[in-house]
Parts: sequence; structure tokens; C-alpha cells
Amino acid sequence: MRTTTTRRTRARAIAALGAAALVLPLAACGGTDEASPGVSAETITIGTHQPLSGPAAAGYSSISAATQAYFDHVNAQGGVHGRQIEYLVKNDGYNPATTQTVVRELVQQDEVFAILNGLGTPTHSAVLDFLNQNEVPDLFVSSGSTAWNDPEEYPYTFGYNADYHVEGSALGQYAADEHADSSVCVLGQDDDYGETFLEGVQIALGEDGVTATETYDTSNQDVTAQIGALQAAGCEVVMLATVNGFTALAVGTAAQMGFMPTWMAASAGGDYPTLTGFLGEAAPQLLQGFVSVNYLPFSPDSDWVELFTSINEEYNDGAPFDGNTVFGMSVGYAFVEALTRAGEDPTRESLVEALESGEVTGNGIAPLAYSADDHGGYDTVGITTVVDGVQDFVGTTYRLDGDTVSTAEPSAPPVEGEGVPAE
Amino acid sequence: MTTDRQRTRAVLLRAAVCTLLAVGATFVLDDYRNYQLAVVAAVFCATAGLTLLVGLTGQLSLGHAVLMAAGGYGYALTATPAADAGLGGPARFALGIAGALVLAGAVGLLLGLAGARLKGPYLAGLTLALVIALPAITTQVPVLGGAAGVGAPFEGVPDGLRGVVGVEQWHAWIAVLVAAVAVTPLALLRSGRAGLRMRAVHGDETAARLAGISPARVKTGAFVAGALSAGLGGAVLAVVTQSVSPGAYDLAYSLLLLVAVVVGGLGSIGGAAVGAALVVLVPWLIDTVVTGVGLPADLEQRLAGNAAVLVFGALLVAVTVVWPGGLSHALGGRVSSLTHRLRPGRKVPRTLTER
Repeated sequence: MRTTTTRRTRARAIAALGAAALVLPLAACGGTDEASPGVSAETITIGTHQPLSGPAAAGYSSISAATQAYFDHVNAQGGVHGRQIEYLVKNDGYNPATTQTVVRELVQQDEVFAILNGLGTPTHSAVLDFLNQNEVPDLFVSSGSTAWNDPEEYPYTFGYNADYHVEGSALGQYAADEHADSSVCVLGQDDDYGETFLEGVQIALGEDGVTATETYDTSNQDVTAQIGALQAAGCEVVMLATVNGFTALAVGTAAQMGFMPTWMAASAGGDYPTLTGFLGEAAPQLLQGFVSVNYLPFSPDSDWVELFTSINEEYNDGAPFDGNTVFGMSVGYAFVEALTRAGEDPTRESLVEALESGEVTGNGIAPLAYSADDHGGYDTVGITTVVDGVQDFVGTTYRLDGDTVSTAEPSAPPVEGEGVPAE
Repeated sequence: MTTDRQRTRAVLLRAAVCTLLAVGATFVLDDYRNYQLAVVAAVFCATAGLTLLVGLTGQLSLGHAVLMAAGGYGYALTATPAADAGLGGPARFALGIAGALVLAGAVGLLLGLAGARLKGPYLAGLTLALVIALPAITTQVPVLGGAAGVGAPFEGVPDGLRGVVGVEQWHAWIAVLVAAVAVTPLALLRSGRAGLRMRAVHGDETAARLAGISPARVKTGAFVAGALSAGLGGAVLAVVTQSVSPGAYDLAYSLLLLVAVVVGGLGSIGGAAVGAALVVLVPWLIDTVVTGVGLPADLEQRLAGNAAVLVFGALLVAVTVVWPGGLSHALGGRVSSLTHRLRPGRKVPRTLTER
């Protein structure tokens, strides 16, 4: 008898507890005000995911610091429409699983207005659906994958880099123009990067225009077999869809084997200052005539480089100045431009509209190509070469439109108003 | 004396109460907390199995994350084709779960068969090799998608509940319910005859064999049970994050699971829950503190990702020195001594490590 009463009381207590647990919070779920997340009277908060530790950190961790330095510069001039930009940088260690956690943290806990320049193809792919389901502007993804340019499926995502089709086709066309009758080969990373770049080269040279292709895996720091195969195939031009570390590895390994082709690298693996860090004193000799592509101002005599150097000195503790610095600051510039055009009281919708209007041009050698049905970023790249330890544009510029590669005229915008975009 | 039936009823009741409380909690928590709750529930599936494996049968698995990964891939590889074929809702989810159970169960069975033949460091070595080989396996098998992994279909809120519950809350419900389904059988196993057999095998294999118990069968069974549970955890993570990648299940994560069950209390299901919460919350807390304190940028950069490992190490040392039975024992000791006073004569089941 006693046990039944206790059991009944216990059951009742549980039922009451359960009901309370279910009902109480329902009442608390009442309406919230619909102000744009991350926007207050004084600040606008945005976030990013970057590899600050792990294997990719060495090549890319300086990008977010450069973007931060540029925002510090803008904030010192009064910010955008009177608001200071707060840039939250979360480390994902280049691990897609961590990216998912930190991006949720940014969106749901820190309530950022937008995600800017999330870095990496595998990492950003992991949050692409999440960001678009939650209608968070996902701007200027730091990767040349063509996956970001799909406005119907992913209306909130905008690419930034010239994609690997653009870069591959430009280098392919340059090889056809300058090294006609040479046999062209490709060494690529065994993922989306390598595959898409190869497709790009084939856009320019045709399906059978490539003599040999080899791939490498980032977990294996030995490319002797691949370089040997390229040497045996008699390659005269070797195109690299590699990250900087593997560009240096490929060039160094080939030199040891007495193999000296003309190297042509995608921009992600063609930054001369970074390569010098890997190759040391031998760099000027090993990389003489090294061809790469770039779409951002990079000439030593460019006004942009001068401005960014001074910002780097003032707000970035004079960190080494390389392609990452220019990239990070240019991304910041394009964002400030978009935010300025999104109006006095920006909303996520007005930010996307501003980008789709095509008014945001960036500071590259050609304007950003955004429109309602193109979220791709740069479609024009310039060829650079290394001569006596200096990497600079040679003046040849290619544009990819659909499947057609054509030469284009570079047209970098002038620096105005201390490098802060005006209305 | 408590009979088997009473014990079963007590376990089921406790499971029902915990599940109800967790589901109720989703209404109070915000989106991000609900996401964390879902991840805790998924990790709990894995730690509950691991704590039985290590605490009761004494088999050290350093590669438990691989079993989670197997569940995740199993889910993604069955649910995605189902989604492509136009299947949706509970049917697709059930199919995915079945896929997770089959793949994780198969891997668990293989490991269990090896576990019955390998002792101590050899089994640890085998599981270690497996977790290190995972990225290589996913690179070599084309359907596993290499380092980027594979995607899993998005499980939206059903029409009837839209507007009442959010996506994160819905995912937390799924996670909590799957965890209940995964962990309750383990709790029953532990408190019943099977648990007794596991303790007997751990205590003295020869004596157990003399008592008519097959140590090989018990050990393999424990591995399969732990694998199925971990597989469900992996499936839940796949649902919540819509993707599975080898990077999520690396050696560090495997070791973290092990640290979690030791810190929580070996052999204790409650300890596994405490450990699961620590795995999710400690890195987040550290990150919040590190960014909140306003350290110089380069120091913050160096701490990010590394500080959590350091804290877990320190926690492990501290807990094993101060409370050798783990946190759940330290906390549970107080509660059980209280219940003892209220209900004299009731015996608490003891694990070997509680001696």
C-alpha cells in the first residue's frame, strides 16, 4: 500500500515537473524585436572562421590580421555611417567540424551581422547550407572554388577570389600565347582545387592540350614520384594547383632532380614573398621566371600597395608584407564599400542588394563581377612573373566569360579618401 | 534485495525522467545552447558505450571516435541517396539510422573479435592505428569524399511543429531521443546479468570461464554494444551538422572521449553524461574566457585550440588524484548517501573501479 502511494506521488511530481518544463518556456518565447542582428547604434559586428592553428595556419593566418588592421584604419576615420566595425575572428584549425561549431557560435551566440572571408573550401562547404538557411550574408569566401557562385541555391553567399576556372584558363591561354608548341602538364591537389583548375586549363588548351597530370595529397610531404613522372613525360611547362608549401616543395624537388620547366602557379600557391619564406636564399634563383596570376594590386609601385604598407606599419605591428596582407586588406575594402552602399541603417537584405546592384567594385585590377545572377567575384586576372626577385604584373590580363578566354584591359581604381570608400 | 524487474523499472524511469527534463530544457535554451545540447547528447552516446567497455570489461579503446565516424558515414551514405530519391521525413531518418547502426556495428564487431584475442596495449594499439588511418581511408575510398567529407540531408522542423519549435530545438529533440534509445539499453546491460558477466571477465578471466562464462563472447558483445551506441551518436552529429568529415574524428577527439569517461567516472553512465558535457563545454568556456580577457592577439592565437587540451590534461590529473572514482562518484556520493539515509537498506550497484 505504502509503495503505491509513493509511486503515485512520484508519478505526479514527475508529471507536474514535465508540464512546467514544457509550458513555462513557451510563455518566454514571445515576440522579439526585429532589429538586424549585429547592428547597434555605435557598432556593427561581423565574424569569420580562419585557420589560426594547424597545418594551414602557416600560409593563411596573417589574412585576418590584415583585415583587422584595415578595419582599425577605417574605424580611426570614424567607421562606416558612424558605426565602428567589430571583427570577430574564430580559429577553426582548418577542420570542417570545428568550422561548424565556431560559425554557429558567431551566428547564434555572438549574433554577427554577416560572415566575412571564411577561409577554405572543405571548411566553408561545411557551413554553406547553415548560413543560407539562416539568411546570413556570407561574403567574399576565401577560396577559388566555383561552388560559391550559385545565387539560386545560395542567395546569401558571394565568392571573392578569381575562381580556379578563371585562373586555370588564364594560365592555359598565356602558355598558348607565349609558349606555343611546348608540352603543358598539371600538378594539382587531389581535391576540388586541383580538379577545377585542370578544367580551367582545358578550357583554354582543349581536352587533350595537357600532356600529363599528377596529383598530390596534403598529408604526404613527398612529391618526388609526381615530379619524376612529369620529368619523364617531357613537360616543358608545369602548372601548379598547389598551396604555397607544396609549390615550394615541387620547385625544390624538381631542382634537386635537375628538372627545370617553366612553372605557372595559381594565385593560392604563387605568392613570391611567402615562397621565399619556404625556399630561403635559393628563392630568387629557383623562381626566376616563375609565372603566376593575381587580381589584386601587387606592383611595388602601386598606390594601393603604398597605402596598405602604411596601414600595416601602423595597425599590424609591421608584420611581414605579402600577398596575404594585400588580400586581407582588399577584402576589408570591398566589405566597407558594400556596407557603405547598404544604407544608413543596413539590413542583411540591403547588404545583399547592394552587392547584386553591381556598384561594389573592389580595388582589384578589374571590377568585381557581382550581379543578381553572378555571385562569383573576380573574373579577370593579370599574369605576373618573377624577375630578379621581384614579382610584378607583365601587363597581360585575361578575362573568362563562360567558356571564352579573352584579353582584357586592367583598370585598378585610384586610391581616394585615405583608402576608405566614399558614398 | 531488488529483483531484476524492479531494477529494470528503475532504469527505465530514470531514463524517462532525464529525457523529459532534457526535452523540457530545450524550451529554455537559446539556439546555440540547443545546438550544444544536441552535441552533448551525441557525445553522450559514445561516452556511455566507452565507459562500459573500459570500466566494466577493461578493454581500452583509443579509437572510439572511429565508431562515431562509422555511424556518421553510415547515416550520410544511406540518407543522402534516400533524399535524392525523393524520400523525406521519418522514413529517410529511419533509413539513415539503420545505415549508421549497420556500419558502426560491423566495425565494432571486427574490433570486438580482435578485442577478444588481443589484450591491453595490443588492443589499444590496434584502435590507435585505426583512428590514425581514418583520414587515409576516407581519401582512398571515393564515396567517403576525402578531407572534405560527405554531406547529410537537412532535417527541417515538421510542418505541424513549425513556428512552435526552432530548427536547433528540433535537432536537440532528435539528439536527446536518440541518446535515450542508445544509452538506456546500455544502462540495462550494466545493471543486469550482462554487467555482472562483464565484471567477472574483467576481474578474472579464468574464474569467469570456470563459472561458465565465455570471456570472448562477453568482450565482443560489449564492443558491439558500445559501437552501436557510438554509431548512433555519430548519426546524430551528422543530422545536426549536415556533414561528416574525418577531421571531426581525429586522435585528439578519441583521446578526449577517453579523458571524459575517466574524469566523469569509469563504468558510470552518469559519469559518461558529465564527461560528454565537459567535452563540449570546456573548449567553449575557454574560448569565451580567452577572448573575454582581452589578451594580446598573438597570445590569443596561440591559446586558441591548444588551451582546451591543456585544461583537459590538468583536469584528468586533478580528478584522478582527488576523486579516483571520477566526478560522478564525487557528486553522486553525496546524493547517494542522502538517499541512503532516506531509504535504508537499498543497495547501490558498484563497479569494479569503485572499490
